[in-house]
Amino acid sequence: MEVNAVLDLMWIVVCGILVFFMQAGFTLVEVGFTRAKNTGNIIMKNLMDLAIGSLGFWLIGYTIMYGEDVGSFIGVPEFFYSVRDDMHNLFFQTVFCATAATIVSGAIAERTKFSTYLIFSLIITTVIYPISGHWVWQGDGWLTSLGFIDFAGSTVVHSVGGWAALVAATLVGPRIGKYVDGKSTAIPGHNMLYGALGVFILWLGWFGFNPGSELAISGDSANNVAGIVITTNLAAAAGAATSLFLTWMKYGRADISMTLNGALAGLVGITAGCAAVSPGGAAIIGVISGIVVVFSIEFIDQVLKIDDPVGAISVHGVVGAVGTLCVGLFATDGGLFYGGGFGQLGVQAIGVVAIGAWAMITAFIVLFILKKTLGLRVTEKEELEGLDMHEHGIDSYPEFGSNLDK
Amino acid sequence: MKKIEAIIRKSKFDAVKKALHETDVNFFSYWDVTGVGNEKRGRVYRGVSYSTTDIQRRMISVVVSDEFLERTIQVILEAAHTGSVGDGKVFVSTVEEAYRIRTKESGGDSLI
Repeated sequence: MEVNAVLDLMWIVVCGILVFFMQAGFTLVEVGFTRAKNTGNIIMKNLMDLAIGSLGFWLIGYTIMYGEDVGSFIGVPEFFYSVRDDMHNLFFQTVFCATAATIVSGAIAERTKFSTYLIFSLIITTVIYPISGHWVWQGDGWLTSLGFIDFAGSTVVHSVGGWAALVAATLVGPRIGKYVDGKSTAIPGHNMLYGALGVFILWLGWFGFNPGSELAISGDSANNVAGIVITTNLAAAAGAATSLFLTWMKYGRADISMTLNGALAGLVGITAGCAAVSPGGAAIIGVISGIVVVFSIEFIDQVLKIDDPVGAISVHGVVGAVGTLCVGLFATDGGLFYGGGFGQLGVQAIGVVAIGAWAMITAFIVLFILKKTLGLRVTEKEELEGLDMHEHGIDSYPEFGSNLDK
Repeated sequence: MKKIEAIIRKSKFDAVKKALHETDVNFFSYWDVTGVGNEKRGRVYRGVSYSTTDIQRRMISVVVSDEFLERTIQVILEAAHTGSVGDGKVFVSTVEEAYRIRTKESGGDSLI
């Protein structure tokens, strides 16, 4: 094998490993922002959507996404993909797919039936995510033909997970005690350190997510990769700083969990345009993401009254959409602010709406059927006493006294 | 024999412990308690403001023979004092009997 090809392959594998580790970040954020009595359940959801996603994407998902194009809509499915010189791509795309699946977990934490969640994970990784992904990343998809830009997946990965999460959180309903007399109440998470560690790990993993999506590092790609590392980092930094100052002004305190969400928002926001914008553009996208995420979390929680314990809908769905639109504004080649007119922005909007609608409609169909058959929610007693005890038969912190809420 | 139960500020625990040791009260138990009072603390979590009346304090429980009673109380009153609202309370009650399990001693001898 030629040296440059080896370098490129190695880069894809290394970045895939980094993205894989983002699962740990998602687990920690979700555990930290929720109550101790559901820790084990969250661990199991995040572990198993990775496991089920890996199996499902290999089973059929990968070829639905990257198989030979049919009508610009879907790939020709083939079972058990095993083309030997393409295994690096299967791995890299598998961990992306698992990311989309795991986003849903956070929004429905602390009240959702484990068995139902596993089934939904299988469907999102084998059907929902691969089909809309095909439209953008396979090469012959209809959004690719329009010129839609979503370099690393603000929309393809994050919005798909975020919009599915919106549907799921709506159908499953709020946690007991979240809305009292129609007013939102605070249910503080049990460990800010876990939340913070999770964000650090996600931020680190994003250096695989975005720079890895260059899918090469040899030759001219080297400088592209370095540029993407910088746009990614600047947007995350700007997102965190913006959320910090915004919440500091609004609440009078430097809010920890919102600032953590701000960093993630910056990362999600830049994912679509990380290769298309300048470092300055990336910083501005980070600022926009940091503002949007705070107002979106408050709006969804207090006005729409949809209970999303970790802010997944806002961070991944809303900011993913905004970040994708920002490519139409800030792309140095074709962006509105660089004299490119409204063309790219219009295409971006079509992609955001089409994939948003796809994710919401398909998620609704699947979850509605699951709700009417298996049920989405645990019983009231199970929810009050904690999913750890009832779904898994163990207390995640046995040395710290029982978490049973009787 | 008397039991002294004192609810004190956690921040004053080390001072109270040191003062008790200095007055030769070497054995006592303590645990963290949550109480409810008039005070309300406003907080914001993820944009939702809420208030809590929960107050975190530490409780010390010490059983002393009668001759130790007065100085133990004085030491706690002194060491746990800041002068601000919320310094805590001291309760004294009578204990009928005490035993040391190892030696089967009873009464005041079992306390030291």
